[in-house]
Parts: sequence; C-alpha cells; structure tokens
Amino acid sequence: MTSRRQFIKISAYGAGAMAMGAGVFGAVKHLSAPAAENLVVDTSRIPTYCEVCFWKCAGWVYKNEQGKIWKITGNDEDLNCNGRLCPRGTGGVGMYYDDDRLQTPLLRVGERGAQTFKPVSWDEAFAYISEKMKQIAKEHGPECIALFTHGSGGTYFGDLLKAFGSPNITAPSYAQCRGPREVGFIATFGEEVGSPENTDIRDTKCLVLIGSHIGENMHNGQVQEMSDAIDKGAAIITVDPRFSTAASKSKYWLPIKPATDNALLLAWIHEIIYKEYYDKKYVEKYCFGFEQLKGHVRNFTPEWAYGITTIAPDIIRETAKEMANASPAVIIHPGRHVTWYGDDTQRSRAIAILNALLGSWGRRGGFFRPEKVSIPSFPHPPFPEPSRSWRNAFPNKYKLADLALASGICEATIPSTARDCTFKGWIVNGTNLIETLPDQKQTLTAIQSLDLLVVIDTMPMEITGWADVVLPECTYLERYDSIRTGPNRKPQVALRMPASEPLYDTKPAAWMAKELSKHLGLEDYFNWTTIEEMLDWQLKQIGSSLEEMKRIGVKTFERPADDLYFSDNEEVEFFTPTGKIELYSTSFEAEGFDPMPIYTPHEEPPQGFYRLIYGRGPAHTFSRTANNPNLTDIMDENLLWVNLKVAKLWGLASGQPVWLKNQDGIVSEFPIKVRVTERIRWDSVYMVHGFGHADKRLRRSYGKGTSDTKLITRVHIDPIMGGTGMRGNFVTFLTEKPAETEVAL
Amino acid sequence: MRYAMAVDTKKCVGCSDCVVACQTENNVPIGYCREWVVEVMSGTYPQLEIEIRSERCNHCENSPCVRCCPTGASHYSNGGIVLVKPDKCIGCGACIASCPYDARYPHPGGYVDKCTFCIHRILDGMQPACVAVCPTKCMYFGDLDDPASDVSVILKKRKYKTLIPEAGTKPHLYFLI
Repeated sequence: MTSRRQFIKISAYGAGAMAMGAGVFGAVKHLSAPAAENLVVDTSRIPTYCEVCFWKCAGWVYKNEQGKIWKITGNDEDLNCNGRLCPRGTGGVGMYYDDDRLQTPLLRVGERGAQTFKPVSWDEAFAYISEKMKQIAKEHGPECIALFTHGSGGTYFGDLLKAFGSPNITAPSYAQCRGPREVGFIATFGEEVGSPENTDIRDTKCLVLIGSHIGENMHNGQVQEMSDAIDKGAAIITVDPRFSTAASKSKYWLPIKPATDNALLLAWIHEIIYKEYYDKKYVEKYCFGFEQLKGHVRNFTPEWAYGITTIAPDIIRETAKEMANASPAVIIHPGRHVTWYGDDTQRSRAIAILNALLGSWGRRGGFFRPEKVSIPSFPHPPFPEPSRSWRNAFPNKYKLADLALASGICEATIPSTARDCTFKGWIVNGTNLIETLPDQKQTLTAIQSLDLLVVIDTMPMEITGWADVVLPECTYLERYDSIRTGPNRKPQVALRMPASEPLYDTKPAAWMAKELSKHLGLEDYFNWTTIEEMLDWQLKQIGSSLEEMKRIGVKTFERPADDLYFSDNEEVEFFTPTGKIELYSTSFEAEGFDPMPIYTPHEEPPQGFYRLIYGRGPAHTFSRTANNPNLTDIMDENLLWVNLKVAKLWGLASGQPVWLKNQDGIVSEFPIKVRVTERIRWDSVYMVHGFGHADKRLRRSYGKGTSDTKLITRVHIDPIMGGTGMRGNFVTFLTEKPAETEVAL
Repeated sequence: MRYAMAVDTKKCVGCSDCVVACQTENNVPIGYCREWVVEVMSGTYPQLEIEIRSERCNHCENSPCVRCCPTGASHYSNGGIVLVKPDKCIGCGACIASCPYDARYPHPGGYVDKCTFCIHRILDGMQPACVAVCPTKCMYFGDLDDPASDVSVILKKRKYKTLIPEAGTKPHLYFLI
C-alpha cells in the first residue's frame, strides 16, 4: 500500500496528469524522475462491492486528483476475490462513465413499445405508479403485481411489494439458470450449492466440468481456485462439445454429443459402483438407497453410453478411475447455468450422486460447509399475509421449486380462463427480461397484457423501451446498498458506499422504494430516515458499525465451529426426508418423479441445422455490460463458432457475416460474423450470450453481433421445478440478408 | 537491477483483465491498449492445444526502439525498463516501426505510448497493475538479479520461452510453457 509520505511526494509531481484526452498531457512538465509517468495521485479509497455480476466481489474505488472516479481494485480481505477483481469488475468504471446511461425518469406517451417517452419529475413518476398499483390491487388484488429482479436494489422493491401484499418476487437466475441444480442437490444432500458455490476447488485433485466453462465465465473465486488447482497438479476433466478455455487446461477433453450428458453420468456411476471405486465407509454411513441405485445402473455400461455420447468406453473408464484416485478430493462440478434440455434437475441429481459415491460432499477438495452472517432487518411492521401466490397459477405443478419462477410469472401474465392469478403489473429491476427470458414472443405478449410495467435500470436496455415508467437508477458506484453477506469458508460482510454523487437525475433504488412507499401509504415499512442510519443499525447488531465498515470495507468473522469439513466418523444429519444423503430420492418419488436419474433421448438437429449453444465471455455479464465502454473495448460483438468441416460444406469463411434461421423460421435481426474453428463439434454452433442489441439508444452495442435469445423459441420445461431448457434449438445459415418480412417476430 | 516478467501460459485464461486494469491504472484512452492477449491454437479436432499469452512491451535489453529514437524520448530507465518521455517525443513513429512485438501505439496526445511495467507502482513497492489484478495469478514480476524475486524463482522452476528471440532484442518478457 502506498505510504502517506510517498503519496505527498508523487502528488507534488503529478498535478494535471490524471485527466484523459488530447492536450492534457502537455501540462506535464516534470518527468525528470521516471516515477512521474501516469501518476498515482490520490490514495483515498471508498469501499464497494461489485454489481457487474452476482459474485459481488468487494473492492476499493479510487478517485483521481480532480475527485473523479479513477479505478476499482479488489479488497485483499474479501474471500470472493482475494484482492483481484475480474475484467468486468475492473471495468466497472465504464458503467459510471457510459454516456448512454438513463438520465431522468420517463413516462410513456405513445403505444407501449413504440419508444415514445416524456421526461417527468420523480414525483410525477411515483404518482403514476402508485395510482396504477392501487387500481390493480383494487380490481385484482395486490398479488397481481410481481417484481423481477437481478440487482441489489431488488431488496428494497421486494420489501415494498411484500408490504403492498404480494409475495411474487422472482429472479431469472432461478428458472433460467441455477434452479435445477439447487433442487437436485437439495433432493440429494438436503442443501443447495448456493452462491458463491461451496466447491473446494483450491484443494481438489480432480475437477470435472460438465459444460461449465470456468475461465470464460469469470466466477472470480472459482477461476482463481482453478488456477491454484492447476498449480498443484490437479487433473481436470472437461465434458463439452466445444474446446473451451477450461478444456485447454484439462487432462481429458470429452467432446460429448450435446444433450447426452445423463448417459455419460450414468455410465460413470455404473463404473464407480461396479468397479467398487466408491467410498464404502462414507456411502454406508451417510447414504440412503445404494442397493436400489446399484440395480438401477446395472445396464448403463460404458459401451451403452458410447453409442449415445460418442465418448469411447475406455475414456469413460479412465476418467472414472481418475476421479476415484482423487476421491474424496474430487469435484464433479454442479455448474451454474444448467437449464439446458428440460431434464436438468435429473442431470444435477446424477452429478450430486456421483459426488456422494466418491465421498466428496463435506470433504477437503470436494465441497466445504459454508458459513454466512445473518443480518437482521431494520424493524418494521409485519408484512401482510398474501392470500395467493404465483403457485396458484400452476396447481400441482413445479412443487419442488423453492423459489418463484420468472418464466412462470411471465406465462401467468397472459390472460387465460385456466389461470387463477393473472398478473397485471410488473416491476423490473436490473434485468433485461427481453434478453433474459426465452421465447420472446411470449414475453412480449405478456408485456402487452399488463396494466403497469415499471423498469428500474441504469441503461436503456430493451426492456425499458416497453415500460410505462422508466426509473433511472444510479450505478453501484454512486449509492449505498444492503450489506453484502454470502456463504463462504468464513463468514464475511461487505459494504458498498457511494464514491460519487449520482450523475444526472438518477437515484438509488432504496430511495425510490422509500419515496414510492409514501405514495402508497406504506412508509411505516421504511422506518429509517437515511440509509446510513439503517445500515449502521444493522451493522451494530452484528458487532460492527458503518464507521468501521467505511474504513475496512470487508469484515471477517470466525466460524462458530471448526467444521469446514466433516470430521472422521462425524454423525451428520442431512436435511432430507430420510436424514441421509439420498441416492434414491424419496422426495422425488413422493411427487411422482423418477427417484433415480434416467437418460432420455432428446431431439436432434434436422438436416442442415446445428444445435445452438451459448455461453459466456470473460469480459461481459449477459447483456448488462454490452454497452460498457471499457468492456466493449475488449469485446464488442459475439462471433459464431463453426466447425471447419461445416464451414467448408457451406463455403463459410472467418469474418463472414451470416444471419441465422431457427427451426421455427425465426431469423436473427442482425448478422453475426463466423469464426471457423476446430474447437467445436460439427453438430453444433456456439456464441456468447448478450449481444445483438436492438435498442438504438445503446449506441456502442446496437446491432453488434446477434442475440441467441431471439433464436430460442422452443423451450423445454423441467417438470420437476419449471426450469426453462434452452438448448433444444437448431439454426441454419443464411449468407444473404433476409427480406424484412422474414425478420419479424 | 533488471526488471522482468513471466507469464504462465498454462494458467492464463485470456480474460483480458490485465488489459482493462492497465487501461484504468494508466488512463490509457478507450480504443488503445498497452497490452493485449494472444491465443494460438494448434492441432486438429479432437487433439487440440491452445497457448494463451498476455503480451506487452518486452522491455528488451537491446531495444531497437531506443536505438532508433531520434530525440532520445525512448530511453532505458531504472532496472532496464524502457520508457518514453512524452515531452521529448515528436511522434515520428520510428520506434513503432522498429518494434518486432508491435508494443507501441501513437497516443492521441501526440506522442508514442507503451507499457511502463507500471514503474510508478514498482517504486511504491507494488506490483504492476496487470500482475496485481490477474485472477489466475499467472504473472510473475521482479528483478532478475535478485535470485529470491518471484520472476527469478519461477524461471528456475519452469520451462520458458521468449518471443522472436532471433531478433536479438534480449526481451525481458518470458512465457512459461
């Protein structure tokens, strides 16, 4: 860290050198000492935690001599990032400096979706929203308003909605992402994997990645630990139709035929049981249903799986042996975005079962027991008891979903005689539902059925174009938010505080929710004067204070017990119906689902079509970052990965723009450039998700690359928990620009 | 004292965090960069390999850019770090043409800019911004004359290469392979 003495010395040299742009550097007249180039002039730092993705790494915001935000670095104390932010966190400054930001509240004046708005005052916006909310409550009930959120501000709008009388608070990160994994692991171990995941990658000897592309997804702590594991010589096994970055670091790459993962997993389970590789003591002590499982997988041999997966039997055997050799320091990684084919909960179950057989849950190098700090809510009156929820719209369905389904609420917004609860109002905070939910036609039909759509965002994302009211939120660098608390090896909390006054007429979501509560007569639920008062009260309940947190940013607490891993012969009660790790799921059986995972064949691409696979690029978080000036500088469009043989067949060359048409005749709005590569199978094409923005107000990202979401029109719903399987879509190439009529949704 | 950097191609995931951190730390204008990431694929499906390298100025011991600079703006500084004095630079671009690594760019301020190994941070006892930020910890920095430095230790342990050694520039950027 810079000492005060050095700071004074350097700042004496450096006046005027911080600002960017032409001409400014002419002011630099010193340069006798080499230290004078591009100077560190201010060591004052402001604590924050990142809002560019869900990992929420804690860091420090530094300002330059002019008092403007300069850079963000990681907080060394933070277990999520260990002092190292990822490119998106480092580039978080771009969210603040993006000149396409929303600047003032907007009220729709024309037809919905026509993008005609007038700037209004905050008071006018709140008056409009509260009147509509009251009207909906009167005519349909307060439950008919839902909140979609994928941002910190959701806490406050969530409280507002609960006070209003609606329990319908949902995040697309569940049914469109990690939901099946959590349900599969809860059925097996009685606990979810959580976020950050409790994978003990730093000490693992064998890491198995199934479609998980750590390193392209920058889930910071995991990327760091994978690197540690490589240093220590861990064997990585990557199962992916694409030669991902992780595959290039792996001992084994298994280029599996897409949609056949369950067959491979069952063959591994077969091999591990019948070669007696499993942890006998662990299975006997902790597991339920071993004999049923053994009988179930009897015929699922590596030879059986070969015909399905195209992975050779000897490779299946070798990799099973590799896992067994590492046991219990082995992780069959649960993945994160797992809504692929509609049987994803069962695939997650198979992954959980493999981990159980190898004794890795609760063991060093497998899965640790996370701890977190529980922070009490600021005192408020009890929330009213809602009379119904989104579940009423789906009687006897998705009973094992433990969170609300964003896609379900969307579906239940379209009026239908069969529905008990038809949603009339949406509040959307920090999630671009147009690009987040599959089947855009359904999303737009639902939106057109609404009486009220309020969108809170920092950027003019597509969803804001459909809103009745747009509330411009200031970025995370300009506001306080809730205390971050999340599971990790040690319990920690982190503070976010403003490094700058909000630019333009933007406001924090906490302020918006509190002001709106006054219009709704719900101000008792926001019984604090300033957010500082509330945060200080909360922090004092856990033995800290706002003053302390402003200084340290992150506070670490000791674990209540020294139990990061199971101790030898520890009696462990699992939160499952049998109290054991359920290889045979009694909760699935009770709901009429297969108690043990099976392989179901999925539809294959028709002649001339290729399976559309999508993923993440390290410099972007979905579509959220697509217009960030720092990050578009690294990657400003997505490319279509096409196998060399396929490219020859179609006469495609790298850099050539193509339009894509899917199995339902939907054509991409913008072209995407081809990347001819050996790094993908011939039956699939791949692109990074989050590009192809259609809103012209996003000047840096408009029309750059293509949106995968637009091409995902066929959705395979997971019957167990309602996850939306999105990898059953197939595309073909159009080398000429299609006629306008074909593009229409 | 001879400053050098080693990049572990076996750990680098090519995320470009080093590039972004360099840009913010050094106020490199958007659209320009002092460092960049290279991915080289070899083999045919399914026997493939990728080498990923985070590249920047090699801070050569025998630097063509310093030799060809007509004004002395390009010079060797502490520990052999190659720097440009913006006020002496006339922006002629001779150094850009002479660099075999394409490590320099014309700054819109009218001078040539490049990696400084974050000398301002080194003198403050910190690591260069790229090394400090890297999530994979794939970069090692230090003094080659100090056997205990991170870079000396790792170069003793691992196999490495330099880029375009035939140019005779004696680069100080090593790649662990």
